[in-house]
Amino acid sequence: MSDPSKEPEKCACDGAPKANRRDFLLKVGFGLNALAGAMIGIPIIGYALSSFVQKFPLKQISLGPVSKFPEGTTRLATYMNPYRRDWDGDTAEIPCWVRHIKAEEFQVFAINCTHLGCPVRWFEESKLFMCPCHGGVYYEDGEHASGPPPRGLYTYECWVENGELLLKGGILPTLADPKV
Amino acid sequence: MTDILRNICLWVDDRLHVSKMFAATAGHHVPKSSGSWFYVLGSATLLCFMIQVVTGIMLAFVYVPSASEAYSTLMYLTFQQPLGWYLRGIHFWGSNFMVGIMLLHMTQVFLFGAYKYPREITWISGCILMILTLGLAFTGQVMRFDEDAYWGLGIGAAIMGRVPFIGENLVHLMLGGPIISSDTLSRFFSLHVFILPGSVIALVSLHLRMVLTKGISEYPKPGQLVRKETYDKEYAAIIKKEGVPFFPMAISKDLVASAVVIFGVLFCAAYFGPKMPNGLADPSQIDTLPRPDFYFLWIFAVAALLPDYTETFILLASGPVIILVLFALPFFNATGERSWRRRPIAVITVIVLYVGIGILTYLGHTSPWSPQMDAWTSVPTERSRVVGRSPLELQGLVLLQNKQCRNCHAIDGIGGHRGPDLMDIGSRLNAPQLTRQIFQGGGNMPAYGNKILPNELDALVAYLVTLRPEGVPPARDSAVPGVPPRQTIESSVRAAASGAQ
Repeated sequence: MSDPSKEPEKCACDGAPKANRRDFLLKVGFGLNALAGAMIGIPIIGYALSSFVQKFPLKQISLGPVSKFPEGTTRLATYMNPYRRDWDGDTAEIPCWVRHIKAEEFQVFAINCTHLGCPVRWFEESKLFMCPCHGGVYYEDGEHASGPPPRGLYTYECWVENGELLLKGGILPTLADPKV
Repeated sequence: MTDILRNICLWVDDRLHVSKMFAATAGHHVPKSSGSWFYVLGSATLLCFMIQVVTGIMLAFVYVPSASEAYSTLMYLTFQQPLGWYLRGIHFWGSNFMVGIMLLHMTQVFLFGAYKYPREITWISGCILMILTLGLAFTGQVMRFDEDAYWGLGIGAAIMGRVPFIGENLVHLMLGGPIISSDTLSRFFSLHVFILPGSVIALVSLHLRMVLTKGISEYPKPGQLVRKETYDKEYAAIIKKEGVPFFPMAISKDLVASAVVIFGVLFCAAYFGPKMPNGLADPSQIDTLPRPDFYFLWIFAVAALLPDYTETFILLASGPVIILVLFALPFFNATGERSWRRRPIAVITVIVLYVGIGILTYLGHTSPWSPQMDAWTSVPTERSRVVGRSPLELQGLVLLQNKQCRNCHAIDGIGGHRGPDLMDIGSRLNAPQLTRQIFQGGGNMPAYGNKILPNELDALVAYLVTLRPEGVPPARDSAVPGVPPRQTIESSVRAAASGAQ
C-alpha cells in the first residue's frame, strides 16, 4: 500500500502523473460497479418498461353463432380476453355491444365510452347508448349524440364466418389506440 | 441494582450514541413560538402514515393481490378474519385522515409563509409527499378491486390514452398489458405497498432533515419581513434567545394532537367501519355507477364540466402545471411578509381553492350531468301532472316515461338532471318548437327523429305543452297572432280561483 499523502510518482517519459495502484483500483472499482449496475439496471428498466416494446396484436375472437343476435336488435355479448391469464378471474370476460343490422351486417362496439372509458348502456326504447360517468350519449350506430365524448363508440372489426360472428380484439380501446 | 442498570444504559449509549442522536434530533431547539396548535399538523400526518404502514402490513397477511382472489380475500378480511373489519376500518379511515390532515398542514404552511427562504426544499419535499399520498390513496382504492376500482383504472387508462405519441405505451405500462387484468392489480399492489410507501419514507426523511438543518419556522408576526441577507442571523438569534428543546418542551401539543387523531381514526373505524367493496370487478356487469373515492370526486367533476375542446389539454397539462407552480412558489415568492394577515392574495387563493374544490366535490357526488339510468322505470309522476289530461296527452306522458326522457329530464326535480327540468317546458317552448327539438335534437340533446313515430311525437308534444306552472301562459308562436298574455294570465287566475272554490 502506498501512502495516500505521497505525491503520485511522476512518469519518467512525459512528466504526466503516473497512476498509482490505489487510483487504479479505484477506477477499476468504479468501472466494475458501473458495468454491474448496468447489467442489473438495464434488465430492470427493460422489464418495467416492456410495454414500450411489446406489441399486442389483435386476435380473432368468436362471439358465438349469429342466431344469438336477432336481426334488428342490439345485445350485450361477452368474450374471453385472448391475453388472459389463469388468475384473471372475472376480469377476463370482456363485454361488448353487438348490433345486428340485417343479414350478415353487424356492428360490434366496445363497452368503453370514448370519453373516459366507463361502460355504456344500451336503451332499446330510445335507441341510445348512455354512459353513467359523465353523461356521454351515442346513437344506435355508435355515432356521438351528446355529452363530452370526443368521438363515436370504438368499433370492432367484425365479420360472419360459417354462421359465427367473429371479431378482432383483445386490447382496451383508448383514444391512443382506438382499433379495439 | 441501579448501578448495574446505569452501567448497562451507559454501555448501550457508548456503543450506539443514543444520547448524541437524541440531542441532534428530538432534542434540537425550536423557537418557542412554534409550540403552537397550528404546528401539530405535520406530525399528525406522519402519525397517520405510521398507522397506515402498520395496518397495511397486517392486511397484507391475508389479502391476495390477484384479480381472481382479491375480492374474496377482502370479503374474508371483513367478515371472517377476527378483527379484520376493524383493521380495514383503521386503514380506510387512516387514509382519509392522512389526506385531510396533510392538506390542512399544507394550507397552514402556505398561509404562514413557512415555504419562504430558506425552507424551499422543505416545501418541495412536502409537495412531493402530497403527490405520493394522493398516489397511495388512488392505488389504495384499486386494492379493493371492486367495480369502482375496475372502472377507475379504465378512467386512468383513458386519460393516459390521450397523451400524444406515447399514449398507447403509457396505457399498457399502466395496465401491465393490453387490458385491465390481474397484471394491473399486481402492479398497483406493488406501487401501493412498496414503491410509494418507500418513496414516502425517503421523502419524509428529507423533509425532517430539513426541519433539523434549517429549523422549524417561527410563528409569523405581521410586519416581520423575511430578507435573505438577514433571516439566518435573525433565526439564530430567536433560537438563542427563546429556543427550547423540541422534546420535552414543544412536543406536548403534538402529543395531544396525535392522541386526538388516533382516537378519531379508531372512532370512525369502529363506528362507520371500513368502506365496503361494491360489486365484483366483473366488466360484464355493466349496471354500475363508477365513482372514485371522495378525494378524487372533484377531478371526476372537472372531467364532466370541461368544454370538450379544452379537455385533453387540461387533463394532461394541469397536473404538471400545478406541480410546477407549487415547486416554483418558494423561489418566486422567497422573501417578504410571512403572516397571512398581510398576504390577502394568499388568503384569497386558499379560499378560492377550498370553495372551488368543495363545490366540485359536491357536484362530483351528485353528478347532475349523468343520466339517471333507472329514472324511466323508477321515478313517479306527480298527481297534478296527470289529472285532467286528455287521452292524447296521457299517451304522451307514457311515452315520456318509456322513451327514457326522464333519465335526463326531471319533472318537479324528480328524474335525471342532464337536461332541463320539464316542469315549465310548456311556458318556454311551444308545440312546433318542441317538435323540432325532439325531432332533431341540439343543445346537447340527441335527435329522436328516427326513434319516434309521428303520432307518438304529436302525443308527446301535446303532453309537454301542458307542463307549466299555474297561472303562466303557454309559450306563444310569435308568427301566429295569439291571445294577449295579460288576458291569458287573467283567465288562468280566474280559472284557478274558481277551481279553488
